[in-house]
Amino acid sequence: MSACLDIANLSAVLANGQRVLRSVSLTVQPGEVHALVGESGAGKTMIGKAVLGVLPSSVRIVEGDMRLEGEDLGKLPPKARRTLIGARTALIPQDPLTALNPSRRIGPQMTDRLVRILGWSGDKADKRVRQLLDEVQIRDPDRVLKSYPHELSGGMRQRVLIAAAFAAEPRLIVADEPTTALDVTVQKQILRLIAALQREHGTAILFVTHDLGVVAKISQKVSVLYAGKVVEEAETADLFAAPRHPYTRSLMAATPRYTAPFASLKPVDETVLAGLAAEIAAADQAWRRPHG
Amino acid sequence: MDEARIIRRRLSPRLWLAGGWLLLALLAAIFAPLVAPQDPLAQDLMLERLPPFWLDGAEPGYWLGTDSLGRDLLSRLIFGGRIAFIVAFAAAIAACVVGSTLGLIAGYFGGWADRIISRIVDIWMAFPPVLFAILLVAVLGTGLSSVILAIAIIDWTRFCRVIRAEAMGQSRMDYVENARIAGYGRIGIMLREVLPNVVPSIVALLSLEMGIAVIVEAILSFVNLSISTDDPTWGGIIAEGRLSIHQAWWVLVFPLITLILTVLSFSQFGEALKTRFDPVLR
Repeated sequence: MSACLDIANLSAVLANGQRVLRSVSLTVQPGEVHALVGESGAGKTMIGKAVLGVLPSSVRIVEGDMRLEGEDLGKLPPKARRTLIGARTALIPQDPLTALNPSRRIGPQMTDRLVRILGWSGDKADKRVRQLLDEVQIRDPDRVLKSYPHELSGGMRQRVLIAAAFAAEPRLIVADEPTTALDVTVQKQILRLIAALQREHGTAILFVTHDLGVVAKISQKVSVLYAGKVVEEAETADLFAAPRHPYTRSLMAATPRYTAPFASLKPVDETVLAGLAAEIAAADQAWRRPHG
Repeated sequence: MDEARIIRRRLSPRLWLAGGWLLLALLAAIFAPLVAPQDPLAQDLMLERLPPFWLDGAEPGYWLGTDSLGRDLLSRLIFGGRIAFIVAFAAAIAACVVGSTLGLIAGYFGGWADRIISRIVDIWMAFPPVLFAILLVAVLGTGLSSVILAIAIIDWTRFCRVIRAEAMGQSRMDYVENARIAGYGRIGIMLREVLPNVVPSIVALLSLEMGIAVIVEAILSFVNLSISTDDPTWGGIIAEGRLSIHQAWWVLVFPLITLILTVLSFSQFGEALKTRFDPVLR
């Protein structure tokens, strides 16, 4: 059985030639939650966008391939690729404020995709959407479906987006920091919902986050990213028990603890960063030689 | 929510006053032959320069007085409204369709489409609009359709610039990216996701443009370049009034008031409609 998502040796550059993804390889098995963790700017979101085919026009993939359930995305013609991505993947976005169209009601926004892209009947789509709203614990679906996005709270909107992501039964969901824009009390509920729906539906999730606490709660595997490079990939339990890479260790040490919130606040160690910089410079050198 | 309601309440009289005047003027123009008290073209030198009804020497039936040829001013204003409204609607809609379409394409697709359209707009806007209009009508020949065409040719850039900027902002929103991921085509996204969000601006601009078209038509008829028949136009009446300002001020003042009220109403109506069309403010 082929992996749900298989990224091999993926490199991407900006227009000025700067590498933003450095030979990234990672595998997401069916039904598995794979966390991508790293600081801001490490390229976590970029990987998600590359998979979903919505990289900004300034970023160009120069090497490597991505396989979605065995299908090589790079080899498909654009239209077939769009259809495949549309049918098998979905996104839970970071900011629920801008991810819903402000001038359309929630109901049509959710059912439209099922009807127009997947060819479902209106009734079937409506039933499906209501079932999903129930699963994300929205108790008054009639009101929500008739609402405009601005009439709902941030947490409600994120629930709607989670429901929408699962509605079409995708095989892979990219969750791009789905709790970052929410306040702390809502974050927990949303995280629990995503975990529950993931178990229920058996959907694989590529979970992008900067929060190691979230990683520990939700994922089975982790890739730690630094400057567009995977520095460590491991089972979540193994990673927390025995992190191999000094950067991972340093990142864990930098996570504040409830027992001593201030004493534990420390930045990533300088020598570790210097080591990383050397590692990346060497990798770039090796990469440039055959690529001009 | 509460704030939106307050805005709506404050805007309401604006909507009703502006809409009321426009409706009144429009109905008068449509039913001109029924409501005009006199024949707008009938000259009677015995009745020249009659003052409006509240001044000494006024004749009943000539409410706003007569001009130097003895033609009834009110009737001429009512009939002049026909041309003003035809030009306002036709020219504004033509400019809107062309400008909004190009603006939407430039803003949503970006890249080459945007570069080409934006350069054309830049060049277009370098022409002084009124001179451009006079030049166009001189080339196209006078007549109603030339006037409409000239205004549309000049003013599509207003729509294009604003709608481009709005569409560009909307295109960067996550919901557009989400629609891409879901597998919608580019044109489908432009029409279904982006267009509804720029409609409030289009409505406001459309109404504003109608007011501008009324002014441009008045300017063109003021310099005698609008329609060539004898039909009265507001600009034409103003031009005639200018010549007899010392003997009969009303021939200049009443068409000016009519013009100002109409243009103001169009712009206010547009603003008020915009908030009505915007689900966030509604």
